Amino acid sequence: MTHVSVTVNGVAREADVEPRTLLVYLLRETLGLTGTNVGCDTSSCGACTVLLDGESVKSCTLLAAQADGREVLTIEGLASDGQLHPIQEAFHRNHGLQCGYCTPGMVMAAKSYLDENPNPTEEQVREALEGNLCRCTGYHNIVKAILDAAQSSGATV
Amino acid sequence: MAVTEKFVGQAVLRKEDPELLTGQARYTENLTAPGMAWMSVMRSPFAHAAIGGIDTSKAAAMPGVVAVLTAADLESEWGGPLPFVWPITEDIKVPVHWPLTKDKARFQGDGVAIVVGETRGQAQDAAEAVEVDWEPFDAVLDIEEAAKDQVVIHDDLGTNVVVHWSHGGGGDQSIFDTADVVVKERYVAPRLIPNAIEPRACLAQPVPAMGEFTLISTTQIPHIARVTLGGTCNIPESKLRVIAPDVGGGFGSKLNVYAEEALSLVLARRLKRPIKWVETRSENYLATIHGRGVIHDVELAATNEGKILGFRVKELCDMGAYYQLLTPGIPELGGWVYMGPYDCQAYWYEFTGVVTNATPTDAYRGAGRPEATYVLERAVDALARRLGMDPADVRRRSFVPKFLEARTAISGLNVDSGAYEETFDKALELAGYPDLRKEQLRRREQNDVKQLGIGISSYIEMCGLAPSNILGALRYAAGGWDACTVQCLPDGKVVLKIGTSPHGQSHVTTWAQIAADTLGVTPGDVEVLHGDTSVAPLGMDTYGSRSVSVGATALYFALEKIKEKARTLAAHELEVAEEDLEFDGGTFTVKGAPDKARTISDLAVSAWHAHSIPAGFEPNLEATAVWDPPNFTWPAGTHLCVVDVDTETGKVEIVKYVAVDDCGTVINPMIVDGQVHGGVAQGIAEALYEEALYDEQGNLISSLMTQYLVPAASELPSFVLGATHTPSTTNPLGVKGIGEAGTIASPPAVVNAVIDALSHLGVTHIEKPVTPERVWRAISQGGAA
Repeated sequence: MTHVSVTVNGVAREADVEPRTLLVYLLRETLGLTGTNVGCDTSSCGACTVLLDGESVKSCTLLAAQADGREVLTIEGLASDGQLHPIQEAFHRNHGLQCGYCTPGMVMAAKSYLDENPNPTEEQVREALEGNLCRCTGYHNIVKAILDAAQSSGATV
Repeated sequence: MAVTEKFVGQAVLRKEDPELLTGQARYTENLTAPGMAWMSVMRSPFAHAAIGGIDTSKAAAMPGVVAVLTAADLESEWGGPLPFVWPITEDIKVPVHWPLTKDKARFQGDGVAIVVGETRGQAQDAAEAVEVDWEPFDAVLDIEEAAKDQVVIHDDLGTNVVVHWSHGGGGDQSIFDTADVVVKERYVAPRLIPNAIEPRACLAQPVPAMGEFTLISTTQIPHIARVTLGGTCNIPESKLRVIAPDVGGGFGSKLNVYAEEALSLVLARRLKRPIKWVETRSENYLATIHGRGVIHDVELAATNEGKILGFRVKELCDMGAYYQLLTPGIPELGGWVYMGPYDCQAYWYEFTGVVTNATPTDAYRGAGRPEATYVLERAVDALARRLGMDPADVRRRSFVPKFLEARTAISGLNVDSGAYEETFDKALELAGYPDLRKEQLRRREQNDVKQLGIGISSYIEMCGLAPSNILGALRYAAGGWDACTVQCLPDGKVVLKIGTSPHGQSHVTTWAQIAADTLGVTPGDVEVLHGDTSVAPLGMDTYGSRSVSVGATALYFALEKIKEKARTLAAHELEVAEEDLEFDGGTFTVKGAPDKARTISDLAVSAWHAHSIPAGFEPNLEATAVWDPPNFTWPAGTHLCVVDVDTETGKVEIVKYVAVDDCGTVINPMIVDGQVHGGVAQGIAEALYEEALYDEQGNLISSLMTQYLVPAASELPSFVLGATHTPSTTNPLGVKGIGEAGTIASPPAVVNAVIDALSHLGVTHIEKPVTPERVWRAISQGGAA
């Protein structure tokens, strides 16, 4: 077993896991944070996207052990005090989700991208989402939501 | 005071969103049960191979392994094979399909053994250690080859040609011999993989004291799964509860009953433990149904002036290795719409179904109707090229004129209503059609590297499945009704128990809007419960763009019953005759005395405490309606795609996509638009990117998400949407379906656009998906590719 110390959504967590355990399964099965979904086994779909030290990563691509000593932000940690994050608000306002399965990964990827580029063009948003697949929305309203989030909250995103 | 604001027709934001946006969703994989064990399926690596023997000893000895079982071990568990409910002809040949195969594997992915382990990893590791003595045979993947029966897949059937269905024709068949022009084309619809982003999963739990079982599953059809799995697993329907919790997309792939659901149930019974199974994506590509897989031969008869006279279509359809729930019925669903929106005088459709050594095919978004629309709309463009006409003019000359009462189509079914030219005009207007043609001409004259193409697709579809008597006539085993229960609670809130089972389609919000308007509450006051056969026992689930037109119409009639019951109580309390009451926005008022009033919420209280109710009045304000639609609904529209084609590299870029759809009355335009966006994206994917590919041995080459090209945001455009609203005559809401329209309309719009960009170079045809390589080859050869 491997010992992992990781800060998840601001809370210090400790766990002993099999060395082969992926970060996404540490989150989902050991820590009970099932908001991060698994959609593929080839790091293609991006449903499992979380932020590791502020950068978006596909949590099915990393071992839990690689997160040792680092900070993870998942979809459960984004809203604060019952207030949706501006990106979550924008997804709601623009119907940027249907079945919701890709949504946590989309929102986390969007957060990471807007942190880097708070004022993107539509084309830049589309390029930035290249690693996240959605089968319901045709991306139209996801792109609209991210542009809306950027516009409505500017640098606070 | 009742709420007087009206919500139907408004872009009400979704009630579903908060939990989905915050990571609180209840997808099947998120759920666990005490004492749960994990199931893994050992699958055949061969497409066609006899099983000489299976050695499970190594697997059984591995850490954490609870059981390793083969088909022989489970024989006593089954009440019957996996469900197949649509034997479309009397003489159809039905391959027997058990949850695990015993004698031989018939496709790559056929289940051979199952392993139950204490953890997911232990079950998976041990499944890899099951040893099978394989004797591989030649596999047959090509439909035309399979039809020759040189390799027979099911020995007991003696042939791969399992079904032939003919529509029987309509109108004057001699037109195909006598018409001025008969365009003959062959089109191929490759196999597609549905790719719901949530893979399948299930969790079967025994309730030993009650002799009951609960199956939680990623299904679109909990009610149909309950009755059919009961039969397969030998469980009385009354002892089986099926729950579809939050489901992460379906697109038809979860409109099915799968081996893993049956296996987990019988293992839960045998091992007396909850059994969980979660599909990997690669497993999904092998073991979840594929769509399409059709070779079409079409003849289009027309006059020299470009008036379309009729379509004659013959198909070879790939069934895959077995039937799943509906397999041979899928082409037939298209078999009624091969006239499109055109006023035809002759009609013929027939297909032959063939088994192959590949994953079973079944319903994928549109199911038969995208295939039909592709064939029609490609052929219409071929006709326009042959006559040297503008493809818009051919269509305009041939549309059925606007009709607001049901009209019998040449295929024999009654179409509810249609205004095809209106949607067509709107699409061309939104696209700026004349200017596009000018720009196209300019680029052609300048011999521009990037040529502009304009593709039109005008479609109708048949959805809102379905009138039960027609389903019976088509030999489908179940009915097509749906149900809704409305409960007005004494606290002023409302509960709806609905028989449809959404997995992204926003039924919670949509149904709440309808109920809110009638009952004088807000959508926030309405709780919508679905996807649990114990909570909402009556239902026929979600597929075939049926949910609003059938399910919400059941809600409409349940609300009518509530109104009637409430009127009796209001009249009693206000001491007037029922006919002296007016009803609006959830409030009954006495005619001429508006201060004398009772709201539905008031009446819910008095119906509940029942202290003073009229004689014969049943306490509580609650009603159930079951509605069987008298007809299908028939959405229609025109989509227009504009592409830039790079003539040096073959790259296709969509520069504009216009979709104008008519789905009758709209409950929530935001949700309807969302359905169109997603449908169009899937259709563009079908046109440009996606194809399930097998090699000659039957290995699925596009076996990973890295190889099967589900498009990302960077590969798709934004969409320009328009709408017309021609109310359906099938239901009192006037609604039609919209779940599949985008997928039905878009593939021919895209491919027609690519051909249109290159037609002056002699290009007449490019197979789907229209890859840069195929485009480049077509240009190089100056013809088809």
